Amino acid sequence: MTFVAEVVVSLKPLVNDPQGITIRDGLRRLGFPGVGSVRVGKHIEIEVDAPDEATASAAVAEMCERLLRNPVIEDYRIGVLRVQTAPV
Amino acid sequence: MKFGIAVFPGTWSDRDCAHAVTLAGHDPVMLWHKDADLRDVDCVILPGGFSYGDYLRCGAVARFAPLMQAVAGFAAAGGLVWGICNGFQILCEAHLLPGALTRNASMQFRCEPSWLRVENAGSPFTSGCARGEVLQIPVSHGEGRYVADPATLEMLETSGRVAFRYVSRDGAPVDGSSPNGSMHDIAGILSESGNVLGMMPHPERACEPLLGSADGMRLFQCVAALAGDRGTFITTGSR
Repeated sequence: MTFVAEVVVSLKPLVNDPQGITIRDGLRRLGFPGVGSVRVGKHIEIEVDAPDEATASAAVAEMCERLLRNPVIEDYRIGVLRVQTAPV
Repeated sequence: MKFGIAVFPGTWSDRDCAHAVTLAGHDPVMLWHKDADLRDVDCVILPGGFSYGDYLRCGAVARFAPLMQAVAGFAAAGGLVWGICNGFQILCEAHLLPGALTRNASMQFRCEPSWLRVENAGSPFTSGCARGEVLQIPVSHGEGRYVADPATLEMLETSGRVAFRYVSRDGAPVDGSSPNGSMHDIAGILSESGNVLGMMPHPERACEPLLGSADGMRLFQCVAALAGDRGTFITTGSR
């Protein structure tokens, strides 16, 4: 089966995010005074062939640990793991 | 003395580094990223640029190149490894140096002169300098803000592993207003045994007076002077 994992990589809470600050300030200037903190991360979709969801999930977690995030500055979460039904 | 200069797809300072090595009176050897062979060099330079397009994170993909596997073994055996700009980013991603390099606090790509105070003059790269001396060497990067957890910063400071710190032109502390906003104004750090140096500024772009400064040549000459002395180098500096 082919699974599609959606991975979100985000900066750890204590790491300064100048991109987020710039976007926050832009949103406020645009007329959204209620905007608080803005943090920018990465969204990565990965297709994985695996016999079952647990195997696919474990493989994606290892990908995150070994490449997709830098453990010094980033956290990750695996958002959605669905079965790929037809080519998009 | 043979200097190996790594060439990844997207490396841009390799020829400048080769020029600096030649000016220092030694032979540059270009090392292709797909080759795990270091060709018997004495020092490996990981030059600046945008290896693999800086995709995912700067240096994240270069870490897996066959050449980097060889460089990791070379560094572990006490070989000299010198990462400049993107090379520093690669060394952090490869865990040969602690910490990470993140987007400049200013959100701008900064290409300008910078002034570095030599914090450790006991390394193989800086022993030709005096501790506290200020060198003018330019920066050219968008992601050079050095970040590490408090325990790592404390360890770097107390063990003399901060090689260079950004200061003002007259040598005064900049207290966070460096070109990139690095923690502790850190511009370069050393490995535990001192044989690996990572620095964001570009010494190869300050290697002759025509370029506005020849201070970077001091570092190349310092490494070159070690020709014939391939022992393990121990840092002797302290804060």
